[in-house]
Amino acid sequence: MSAVLGDELKNAILNDATKKVIVDPLVNNNPITLQVLGICSALAVTSQMSTSLIMALALTLVTAFSSAAISAIRKHIPGSIRIIVQMTIIASLVIVVDQILKAVAYDVSKQLSVFVGLIITNCIVMGRAEGYAMQNPPLESFMDGIGNGAGYSLILIIVAFFRETLGSGKLLGYEVFKLTKDGGWYDPNGLMLLPPSAFFIIGMIIWAVRQWKPEQNEAVDFKIMAISHGEGAQH
Amino acid sequence: MLNVIKNNEQYVKLCARLEKCEHYQKFLAYKEKVLAMGNDSLEKTLAIAVALCLVCAVLVSFGAVALKPLQTHNKNLDMKKNILEVAGLMKEDTDIDAAFGEQIEAKLVNLETGEYDESVNADSYDQRKATKDPALSVAIPKNKDIAHVRHKAKLAKVFLVKEGGKIKSIILPVSGYGLWSTLYGFLSLDADGQTVQSINFYDQAETPGLGGEVVNPMWRALWKGKKVYAETDQPSLNKGSIEEADIGEPALALIKGSVDTGKIGSQHQVDGLAGATLTSNGVTNLVRYWMSKEGFARYLSKVRVKRAKS
Repeated sequence: MSAVLGDELKNAILNDATKKVIVDPLVNNNPITLQVLGICSALAVTSQMSTSLIMALALTLVTAFSSAAISAIRKHIPGSIRIIVQMTIIASLVIVVDQILKAVAYDVSKQLSVFVGLIITNCIVMGRAEGYAMQNPPLESFMDGIGNGAGYSLILIIVAFFRETLGSGKLLGYEVFKLTKDGGWYDPNGLMLLPPSAFFIIGMIIWAVRQWKPEQNEAVDFKIMAISHGEGAQH
Repeated sequence: MLNVIKNNEQYVKLCARLEKCEHYQKFLAYKEKVLAMGNDSLEKTLAIAVALCLVCAVLVSFGAVALKPLQTHNKNLDMKKNILEVAGLMKEDTDIDAAFGEQIEAKLVNLETGEYDESVNADSYDQRKATKDPALSVAIPKNKDIAHVRHKAKLAKVFLVKEGGKIKSIILPVSGYGLWSTLYGFLSLDADGQTVQSINFYDQAETPGLGGEVVNPMWRALWKGKKVYAETDQPSLNKGSIEEADIGEPALALIKGSVDTGKIGSQHQVDGLAGATLTSNGVTNLVRYWMSKEGFARYLSKVRVKRAKS
């Protein structure tokens, strides 16, 4: 039984389509930079690398398992209560994750406090459930969850890297820049510890990604009309 | 693994019993019927909702119940760790349970009288739970509630570190509202009930990096040696001639900026937290509250009288 499952899993992972499902959300279809989902928690937990890593892991697991579960029963979910059904499954998984964290990684769960609970309202989880898992089989949905979780994690790690090093001169709690108050040279940037700084960093990441891949730019809603000299003179 | 379960004797028995059970057969038939229905029929909608809730409820309660012992253990361990830390007994390789059992003694103090209360088992007493229990707590009048905790337990759980039969440090539980959250912590004092050894917050949700710096060891180290009460020397105490010393109002406070150690009164001042004025005010208020007569002042004065007499 397990051998068969293992083979299936291997095939599924090696499969090109699955690879695309996992790799695509990293840059090409990143949930934060392209879809601009899940910003709320990206602002809240990224002042430290350790909390960001745990949050990224928790969100990835919840997205993957909730997508798989929703996809498994997708053909029987009544359209009228589909969002509630999705929410119930997601919420149950989040509570279980929260309980596990409290039991296994108590210190981290204390730091993350409400944010683990708030995975329930994370737009990425709902977005993947509604946008992908409702139309695709469980294994693909699971992989899609992993991929989107990884895309979210990537951005979180980048943001946390800048916020923790510039904001407190540390990385994962280890000293990187010696602070002036300890006799060093670095005067920490207090703004980096406040949530709005993540807006600036995420904004710059989005800008950089769209410079690199111009196809991600949305079509302009309103065009500024070019006015030639001749026309202008008539007005 | 599934085969193991399938061949398990009890599983086979259970299956056989279910086969015979009339209700189970009815349930199976109903399941088939529901699954075959159109997705938008009212009955299927209700059936799916009920079934989903059942499954999720079982999952969540199973997780909560199965992990409960580990969680309680973690919580207790964390509390003990904080008490050891505030007493300065915590080193990297300390066995928390053993060190706590050997060196720390829990006692209950009646806040009204300042006397020890031996009628309740101190080890199993939970002050935070008692604070929420109307029978075990009192409401604090609004004008006195500077720490914004609203209720206080009649009995407070203090911890004593003794050395050779004499008190070495007194660890007092404190709590109060900061900016976002109620801060819970311990303040540890020397045997004179006046000099601060350390302060520690084990439960708080202030802004990480700003108010959350209350847990920063560097900042906490600033508290060492500060004096809680305004009076510096009371000769009568040393003679042990009076029964109850009025030890005055607490003067300890967090100030804006850095403390100028040359100034008079600097023994009552601790640097405020940069960028966290409201959390700093909250910490000042909670120290002031719990060190006042509403809190531990009566108890501390008795400790001092007893110490002066012996």
